[in-house]
Amino acid sequence: MKWASRIAWTFLILVYLIALAAPWIAPAGYADQFRDHAGESPSARFPLGVDELGRDRLSRLLYGTRVSLFLAPAAATISVGLAFVIGMAAGLATPLLARTLDLFIDLMLSLPTLFLLLIARAMLPLNTSPLSSVLVTFLLMGALGWPAAARVLSGASRALLGSTFLLQARALGCSSGRRLTIQILPNLWPLAMAQFFLLVPIFILAEANLGILGLGVSEPLPSWGSMLSELTNPAAISRAPWILAPAGLLLTVALSFHIAGKQERAFS
Amino acid sequence: MRCFSPFLYAALLAGQALAQTGGELHFALSDDPKTLDPLQVTEEPSDAIRYLTSGMLVRIDRKTFELKPELAESWTVSEGGRRISFTLRSGVRFSDGSRLDAEDVAYTLRRILDPKTQVPAGDQLRPEKGAPVVAVLNPREVSLLLPNPVGGLEALFDAIPILSSRSPLQEKAGLGPFVLSEYKRGAFLLLKRNPNYWKKDEGGRQLPYLDAVRIEIQQNREIEMVRFRRGELHLMSALDVDSFDQLGTSHGAIDAGPTFDSEMVWFNQVSTSPIPAYKKKWFQSAAFRLALSEAVQREDIVKLVYHGRATPAAGPFSPSARPWVDTRLKPPAFDPDGASRRLAAAGFRKESGVLKDSAGNPVEFSLITNSGNRNRARMASLLQQDFQRLGIKLNIVMLDMPSLIERISRGFQYEACLLGLTGTHLDPNDQLNMWLSSSSDHVWNPHQSTPETSWEAEIDRLMREQSSTSDTKKRKPFIDRFQAIVHDQAPIIYLVHPDALVAVSSRLGNAAPSVLRPRLFWNVEQIYLSDGNTAVRNKP
Repeated sequence: MKWASRIAWTFLILVYLIALAAPWIAPAGYADQFRDHAGESPSARFPLGVDELGRDRLSRLLYGTRVSLFLAPAAATISVGLAFVIGMAAGLATPLLARTLDLFIDLMLSLPTLFLLLIARAMLPLNTSPLSSVLVTFLLMGALGWPAAARVLSGASRALLGSTFLLQARALGCSSGRRLTIQILPNLWPLAMAQFFLLVPIFILAEANLGILGLGVSEPLPSWGSMLSELTNPAAISRAPWILAPAGLLLTVALSFHIAGKQERAFS
Repeated sequence: MRCFSPFLYAALLAGQALAQTGGELHFALSDDPKTLDPLQVTEEPSDAIRYLTSGMLVRIDRKTFELKPELAESWTVSEGGRRISFTLRSGVRFSDGSRLDAEDVAYTLRRILDPKTQVPAGDQLRPEKGAPVVAVLNPREVSLLLPNPVGGLEALFDAIPILSSRSPLQEKAGLGPFVLSEYKRGAFLLLKRNPNYWKKDEGGRQLPYLDAVRIEIQQNREIEMVRFRRGELHLMSALDVDSFDQLGTSHGAIDAGPTFDSEMVWFNQVSTSPIPAYKKKWFQSAAFRLALSEAVQREDIVKLVYHGRATPAAGPFSPSARPWVDTRLKPPAFDPDGASRRLAAAGFRKESGVLKDSAGNPVEFSLITNSGNRNRARMASLLQQDFQRLGIKLNIVMLDMPSLIERISRGFQYEACLLGLTGTHLDPNDQLNMWLSSSSDHVWNPHQSTPETSWEAEIDRLMREQSSTSDTKKRKPFIDRFQAIVHDQAPIIYLVHPDALVAVSSRLGNAAPSVLRPRLFWNVEQIYLSDGNTAVRNKP
């Protein structure tokens, strides 16, 4: 399956490059309204057609890709960072502290993340700019998305503690710090990377869910989620199938991350 | 063509000749009725059941907006609008067979006027001071004397169901065309024909034509649409524009014309609200509000958001509210240059594309609206672009409804709000709560102990004057003056009045959609089901 991983990586890099180049290659600004062309089908001027408010869909898709593809990995980094620290502590700490941390992880796992996000969005200052609000949204996703990864990492840490190579190192007089840096961290790293690749598509989809609820990225800033909200009208899909483009891109990117992550998991 | 033609009644009469008896009408409600007690109705599903099962003394004709006799064959208003006397129709029986007489009407009126019961149906009749007197003059005549005159007194009886004072079935003994037969919560309500219903058609045939009405509880509008297309449902009310376009006029979609509903924007003018003082100063400036109203392209909202199925709004009354709307007032014309001049005269100036007030503060504010409403999200985006032309930065914030209500009614932590107002009644008193400065529904600045501006004091006076006069001709000048003040001060920027979009099966005869609720089954006793080929449709 190495070839599949290569294709996935190539596709992801290509999408990232295109998204980075959005200000130069987008035919129009993401907020520009061409009201006389509202709802038009794809044409040479508007390759993906025009939305109901007269905005060029291709331009919005390019800018929306930047939002979703850059912020989801950032949020995943926060989550995996937190999961790494808390999970490893839960796996390696004294029994009492380990039990407390496990309880904390379980508690966080049971929280309804979507509702917490909705509450947090409702508490944001009203004049928060669209960019700030999307940054806060992804920051919250990152801060709330770590418990599942932490559970995996704490389990792996415990398994490492009982491994023969770590016992041998201890018997040879290797210090705790050295065992952590030389033997534990390198063994947990591939697992953390795999968790990262799992979380990226999850966060992309979470933002899309918030967008469909109308609580994602604020107008006029586009994101895949806000663009997917057009799909809540099934009649529009049969009338204008090109509005499926963000869904297709999201699906392909999520699949690519999954394949790339699978390779990481295979290594781990 | 948006409204029904005057030939409607000719068609209705023709429909009566062709009408077939029997069959079961099917339609859906989005929620279970909260109550089956007709006096406690506060929401649409309960109102639908009340309309189908209860009898009223008078009814507002949903097409002509004229008051028509029902259980009362005549009535008189006297003593300057303080007294109303009804003469009841003879031979009317409740669904349990018991006879209707003046004691029943008196019993109902006493129940709704009792301040202890707080029956919603009597809200507008219960006086703040003094006690109303209900008197039975004879078995067919009853009168009500109020301490003060009430505007549009007789029309209020369109929403007061008459109950039996003697029936052991109590409020279950109805005077409407149908009686509740079966109710499975969350699934359906089955209403059967009332065998004792008093109405007959022109040919002397017993009404209603239908045997039963089955009301499904269906929250998913997509499923409702699919079932309508399959012919499993015969009516659909409150279609959104996308569903309306999807269905098409050739498949039963009907535009009944502009509703009494309004989509509107208002600014937070509460003096104690936790927003910066300089922003309050903007919002309290009529010039600022009027300039923003002029900057709105209402025609674009009609075209892009409602696909042409709405009307630009000039004020609180839609063009359908014919007796009350002041047709001399037009929606503010889109005039960005005029808006800029007005703002400049009020001390605002544009620097590098950014509008600033006289103290140099850039004009930026947030607009909250409820999430999940596609039309409002689209309108907010259009407003954002329209205001940007003036150099104003508008931040759109979507909030879930409870958070939004909390902000606009208790914490006042908001700057501007985009919401809709649902107009359920034609009479201006329906909007009284919104316009009285002391009211909790006076959205831009509620609960004022004394009016904070002279124009709000004037609106208070006009609304009170009109509500204490029963003669429509005498009330109209007050309402016109009120509309002129709202037009000149723009405490609310009215955007559009959406059309009433409904769907009616081709199997239904005598269906005549109206903009006034209930839009589709207001003449349910005359509606009939055909085999699909012979129905008379009263299309525009």
